[in-house]
Amino acid sequence: MVTYPITMTVNGTDRTDAVEGRLLLVDYLRNVLGLTGTHVGCNTSQCGACTVLLNDQAVKSCTVFAVQASGGIVLTIEGMATDGKLHPLQQGFWEEHGLQCGFCTPGMILSSYDLLKHNPDPSEVEIRHALEGNLCRCTGYQNIVKAVQYAARNGVLSVPAEESAQTVGAQEENGVAG
Amino acid sequence: MITEAFEFHTPEDVQSAVALLSEHGPEAKVLAGGHSLVPLMRLRLTTPSVIVDLNRIPQLCGITTENGSITIGAMTTHATIEHSAELKAMLPVLPAAATLIGDPMVRNRGTIGGSLVHADPAGDWPAVALALDTQLQLVGPHGERTVRADDFFVDLLTSAVEPDEILTNITIPVPTGRVGISYQKFAHPASGYAVTGVAAMVMLDDADVCIDSRIAITGAGAMAVRAAESEAMLRGTDLNGGSIDHAAEAAGSGIDFLGDIYASEEYREQLVRVYTKRSLIAALRAATSGHGAEAAKTI
Repeated sequence: MVTYPITMTVNGTDRTDAVEGRLLLVDYLRNVLGLTGTHVGCNTSQCGACTVLLNDQAVKSCTVFAVQASGGIVLTIEGMATDGKLHPLQQGFWEEHGLQCGFCTPGMILSSYDLLKHNPDPSEVEIRHALEGNLCRCTGYQNIVKAVQYAARNGVLSVPAEESAQTVGAQEENGVAG
Repeated sequence: MITEAFEFHTPEDVQSAVALLSEHGPEAKVLAGGHSLVPLMRLRLTTPSVIVDLNRIPQLCGITTENGSITIGAMTTHATIEHSAELKAMLPVLPAAATLIGDPMVRNRGTIGGSLVHADPAGDWPAVALALDTQLQLVGPHGERTVRADDFFVDLLTSAVEPDEILTNITIPVPTGRVGISYQKFAHPASGYAVTGVAAMVMLDDADVCIDSRIAITGAGAMAVRAAESEAMLRGTDLNGGSIDHAAEAAGSGIDFLGDIYASEEYREQLVRVYTKRSLIAALRAATSGHGAEAAKTI
């Protein structure tokens, strides 16, 4: 079995491994690093349950090979809370009943985070447009939209501590968006 | 499902990528944004034993403008095009059409070059590229060549790119004068792919007579095509006088329509008429309002 060395920063922690070329980023996160908050839903790039941030952009980690993420910065749902305190987006999903079974929630939160970073005060239409790639089979989306609005309303969107220091440098080094 | 095992290469310049393709022949496959290739590999519908990833070749990314034309690197993502202030000012149909592709995560990874070379019959960029008279630059072991969009889409999932060639960038002449461009699509509600999409460009003189027109249709047949007959019916006419209706009726002539579980051949034929009309009306509105471009999708 041919393996390739990879290094990446996941939720602020540097990781180094040797992986097969065909190992998907989502399987690396879940099965190698044990970060099972990133979910596998449709496996066909449609449902968005596997959404993580890679180099400051929301991506479907079931459609990226782990080797492609080497050298990059990854943020998963496990990196959102800081010092045991929920991120405003997580708080929003809690307060507004933005989840039922919870399966889509990590992906919803990461996609919403990507939206709010670029558009801190989105309209309802903009929120719905931004979440087009995330499917929820429980809520009917109403409360998910409210949860994002809650986060936008409740002060400046805070950047998870692990990510803030390193994102800028990583983007400059990488230079290529995919 | 997990893909079959493959060798993974990350060349850092175009020449190295071409050399890898020459070395490995038909076993090798180029990886761009991966949003068509990786799902196909996971279903084992394609099983390349060598992957040449273009994501670490910086010169394949970016947007430049020169002498009234726009050049876009093949690895430029849909999201980059969607958010480009330069394109919004110079050729707003490009960012407007980009916004209609897939979803934000797909647009963050998917590339314009990957979409064009993959030549998916339901892709959006093939229709836009045809309507804008795009030139596509290819590099292979024997040097460079340029292919016009009209000659680029050969058949179902087949473009003019040879297995040992790489699309490096595309060049689009920016039309000047009273020009309106539109892309309108009927999107599949789950995937967002075009069940039918129509890109239309109209150029008017001061009396609103159509000097030139280009119409391109995706999603309807095996590959994106121009509606040459309809274009000819518009030239020299006042577009407010009923010629758009006649052109829309004729738009599907020559297309061998696809039918599937979601849309029958007859339904796609009807969609082509409706969306050609909508796209031409939107292009006319854009040309006369001076806004330049419109794009919309219906689900």
